[in-house]
Amino acid sequence: MQNRKTISPNSLRGRLLRPLHHGDRPWQGLLIVISALVIVLMLAIGGLLWTQSAGARTAFGWTFLTPTATPTWDPVNDHFQAWPFLYGTLLTSLFAILFALPVGIGIAIFLAELCPGWLRTPLTWLVELLAAIPSVVYGLWGIFVFLPEVVAPIGAFLGNTLGQIPVLGTLFAGPIPASGSSRLAASLVLTIMIIPTIAAVTRDVFLAIPNSQREAAKALGATEWETIWQVLIPYGKSGILGAVILGLGRALGETMAVTMVIGNSIQGGISLLQPGYSMASIIANEFAEAVSQLHTSAMIEIGLVLFVITLLLNILARYLVWQVARQTPQEARS
Amino acid sequence: MSNFSELMDRSRATRARARKTVNAVMLGLTGVLTLLALVPLFWIIGYVVIRGGKAITPGFFLNMPTPMGVAGGGVRSAIEGTLVVTLLAAIFAIPPGVLAAFYAARYPNTPLGIALRFSTDVLAGIPSIVVGLFVYIVIVIPTKHYSALAGGAALAMLMLPTIIRTTEEMLKLVPHTLREASLGLGAPEWKTSLSVVFPAAVNGILTGFLLALARAAGETAPLLMTALGNERFDIGQIVTGGIQGHQSVFTIIGRIINQPVDSLPLALWKYAQQPYPERVELAWAVALVLMLFVLIVNVTARVWIQVRTRKMKG
Repeated sequence: MQNRKTISPNSLRGRLLRPLHHGDRPWQGLLIVISALVIVLMLAIGGLLWTQSAGARTAFGWTFLTPTATPTWDPVNDHFQAWPFLYGTLLTSLFAILFALPVGIGIAIFLAELCPGWLRTPLTWLVELLAAIPSVVYGLWGIFVFLPEVVAPIGAFLGNTLGQIPVLGTLFAGPIPASGSSRLAASLVLTIMIIPTIAAVTRDVFLAIPNSQREAAKALGATEWETIWQVLIPYGKSGILGAVILGLGRALGETMAVTMVIGNSIQGGISLLQPGYSMASIIANEFAEAVSQLHTSAMIEIGLVLFVITLLLNILARYLVWQVARQTPQEARS
Repeated sequence: MSNFSELMDRSRATRARARKTVNAVMLGLTGVLTLLALVPLFWIIGYVVIRGGKAITPGFFLNMPTPMGVAGGGVRSAIEGTLVVTLLAAIFAIPPGVLAAFYAARYPNTPLGIALRFSTDVLAGIPSIVVGLFVYIVIVIPTKHYSALAGGAALAMLMLPTIIRTTEEMLKLVPHTLREASLGLGAPEWKTSLSVVFPAAVNGILTGFLLALARAAGETAPLLMTALGNERFDIGQIVTGGIQGHQSVFTIIGRIINQPVDSLPLALWKYAQQPYPERVELAWAVALVLMLFVLIVNVTARVWIQVRTRKMKG
């Protein structure tokens, strides 16, 4: 825009090009159109999932999503309830967060605070490689190795201990299938898959905490661990919550690995040790072979619910970041 | 009185010892947790290499799949399908991704810029299977058939946020002085962006493309309802058939992208659930190929970034 003199403004060429600002107007226009298209794409996903799920929404209303003890998913008679899938997704994701959070924070502490410099980069890479392995490979390894060798014994143990406690026991009612296919299996595979996300984000949070915090704590006589536990973690708690949200988002939408290990059954009651089903895995298993319009529409509504959940999580994460940016003193921001 | 202070001293000493023990135990625990998280990584890599390595033969790459229960099949259709779908995804995702990144890097605080970054974040967070549903609605329903085109579009949507983000980050790293020097010499904004800023950031941007491609190549879920899978997909046959029938290049390309295709992750998913041992062996071999591809791209990209940044600093 600072270059109007390169072509004489009174020549014919200059007069023709003037409204274009030497190509800057079309360039800006192109950038604006493309950027707007990205936004439209995001909105179109929500909009189209909404309109295409109209069949299921009018046929079943809220009963589609509400809890029920005797769920039906019956393509033959066109009657669908999504509760078992919602429950399976929520339960497995929550347990995955529960398992992955301590491990992820531990890794982040080790990488950001303790690890010698030469080991830091390779270890960070290795942890991030866990996130790069395709999810079908996790599923394959899960079916043939992880389930029989790790999940089945852990499940049997949980069933014999926690499963015997009166009320809590219903959540751990055994016995786990011999193959290991169960909600527990899905939770544990998800745990492995979201550890890198939680570890990476939390590590960045620790690295962003100003050194004055550590120095102040240590000057007061705190040990290394007390500094971390009583100063750094409270200081970075919003960021760690952000890591949890990101991990949760990944766990909720994970499809292939979960489909391969969860057992794909809607009869599993509420126990973690029984086979279940998840929202993503019902779509993966039945969408391409849907038998009726309503069947397709019901699965699109499940997709819509997944979309809305991830959208809300994203807004929450944004809000947290905004809060932290507003409250953090100037010193920490640099 | 002296008795009391002695007591205090002793309790202080015990507390100090307790605090030191807690410190040592917890710090050690973080190291143990790090190792624990790496166990699955090495377990998966090791197991896949051993099981998959046994099944990898030249025929694995060159043969078409055989009927179930017949040994000697390969996954050529899946390899060809993966190439077609990821190539289409790159074509669909890279140009708009880079342009949107230019906007995001240049005008981050305009309303459109803020909305763009928010949309990018949302797109990055959407489960891949939901993207598959969207593409099914947008492409498969109107065209009435599954196709490589739809599969490529789905993968492109998954690549788009990654490409926008990494390109934006890389463009922001280019020093302002460079842009100002170019504008000061009279170059228009677009020329400055394309021939000064972009080349300065191009290494990082290419690395971003590679990482996005590697992720897309391993995706399965959105292909289930877009590319569907097609064990008889054979580019060679389509091309030779097309040449014999005197078809134009566009017709041939159209035939390639307009039919359902297989892909490596799709084949792996199907084979893993079949009761034939030779199919399961194939699944392990596919897993090995996929994993090696993804790991090699990841490691190369990271080493490349590391080397570049060291060079730029030094």
